[in-house]
Amino acid sequence: MAAPAIELKDLQKIYIVSERETGVRAALASLVHRRVEAVPAVDGISFDLAPGEIVGFLGPNGAGKTTTLKMLSGLLHPTRGGATVLGYVPWKREKAYLRQMTLVMGQRNQLVWDIPAQDSFELNRAIYRLPAADYRRTLDELTDLLELGPLLHKPVRNLSLGERMKCEIAAALLHRPAVVFLDEPTIGLDVTMQRRIRAFIAEYNRRFGATVLLTSHYMADVEALCKRVVVIHHGRLLFDGDLSSLVQKFTAHKTIEVQLDDCQANLRAYGEVVACSDGHYTLRVPKAETAQITGRLLADLPVCDLLVEDPPIEEVIELVFRQGEA
Amino acid sequence: MRGLAQLYAQQFKTTFAAMVQYRASLVIWMIAQVLEPLVYLIVWSTVASGSGGSVGDYTTRAFAGYFILLLLVNHVSYTWIMYEYEYRIREGLLSFALLKPVHPIHADIAENLSSKGITTPFMLVVAGGLALIFQPLITPAPWALLASVPVLALAFLVRFLLEWALAQVAFWTTRVSATNQAYFVLVLFLSGQIAPLTLFPWPIQAVAAVLPFRWLIGFPVELLLGRLTPAQALTGLGAQAVWLVISLALVRWVWRAGVRIYSAVGA
Repeated sequence: MAAPAIELKDLQKIYIVSERETGVRAALASLVHRRVEAVPAVDGISFDLAPGEIVGFLGPNGAGKTTTLKMLSGLLHPTRGGATVLGYVPWKREKAYLRQMTLVMGQRNQLVWDIPAQDSFELNRAIYRLPAADYRRTLDELTDLLELGPLLHKPVRNLSLGERMKCEIAAALLHRPAVVFLDEPTIGLDVTMQRRIRAFIAEYNRRFGATVLLTSHYMADVEALCKRVVVIHHGRLLFDGDLSSLVQKFTAHKTIEVQLDDCQANLRAYGEVVACSDGHYTLRVPKAETAQITGRLLADLPVCDLLVEDPPIEEVIELVFRQGEA
Repeated sequence: MRGLAQLYAQQFKTTFAAMVQYRASLVIWMIAQVLEPLVYLIVWSTVASGSGGSVGDYTTRAFAGYFILLLLVNHVSYTWIMYEYEYRIREGLLSFALLKPVHPIHADIAENLSSKGITTPFMLVVAGGLALIFQPLITPAPWALLASVPVLALAFLVRFLLEWALAQVAFWTTRVSATNQAYFVLVLFLSGQIAPLTLFPWPIQAVAAVLPFRWLIGFPVELLLGRLTPAQALTGLGAQAVWLVISLALVRWVWRAGVRIYSAVGA
């Protein structure tokens, strides 16, 4: 196997946060003696990404995802531990490294507000010293993939959130980075726009072989893009592996959707009835018994349609987080 | 070097495009730039004519020359970077700058020069208008005009570097307006902005000589006014060169230390 594109070894970041109680007395006391607390945002995590891999980086708010991405993109020094990206130590911020990576933050903007996106793109061309022909070609490809054509010449402030995000992503990828960190790239976008951006990320990864580490609260993003997920909670690693084995590992149940001719049937004998309406039943059954129960259903009842599914990924993730809490 | 030239050229276009979006605020800003020296001009002219036509070795018309040139010199070297940095750090805009493979000071210098390029014609017209009204006495020798080119370039560069370094205070505290205010008072009195420094008592002149501000503002004005000997001009250039070295070192040191703090604390 090739050397990993991204490698984290026991990476840790502790923030020193000053804290004080409310009120005048506490304010005065804090003048003399400031109480500080060490908050471990990332508490010793290790994992690797192979070149060209897309990995979903999951965790609830405050889990340490953004802090990790900031360390990997060189914005933060770790308190302990190490990481290399493309063989570079990110927080040394060597120019050769910065030229090969990008960080897209769904909640922050780099485009100049008052001028058309294309002008900001030109500025990035100068900053990354892109040869005119390369720049032109990449811009054409991005324009094509993201359907930027009509947006390029409007002032950024006149774009909708989704349109602006597309332009932000294009601006961040003009230099064709080999490593792409995406922090909530689809946040606040409607479903259509989310899907479009998702498709774009997949295509960018396929076309340029880029390594992508992606955080998102939308499981649809993760399901569509990432075979593998890394889950963290309270700064610690909870799971690292295939999305499918995450489901395997953390759920002991499957759901069976059954469509019957009979609207009055009682299926409680087969499993927990989660929902039923108009002859459509949703059963939750222990995973190990799925095959046997399905057989019984088909044998006993006038079944029109039957579907065995894993529980929705949102449910699984919630379960994972809850176990991390314990 | 070519890459940097392209970056500066591109930044010029971007700044130009952004600035013309805000024509009204641009005009208001320029009026404010003109008003301050204009007030001093009128005050000192009045004082001079009230005390027999001159104060020290400055006649009414010499004061007019001094403050009209001050308007132009100040325009050349003025920066607003200190106001901007606090905002940038608070809004997390600095993160984007840190992700780029170019030192962010280049974008700032380019932006400053670009907007100066746009506003300079206006300032020249205003200065010309004031000259018609106040009949200033401006008598530089040809060598002084020639010398003013490097002197003005250094005045811009050193003032920019110093104030850029000072702007980095925002890395350490979120209340930069206090340091900014202290700095502006210092500049006002010790640069020759409020009055020609030669009119001040000698202890203040001595203090001003060891600080950078007079070399960035008062000195170029006096040079263009035609009041300096070649030896004095050379001394001034030397002082500017020394401050260039100091301010470059300061920028390097403050930036490194600031980024270290930023990357320890995050934003």
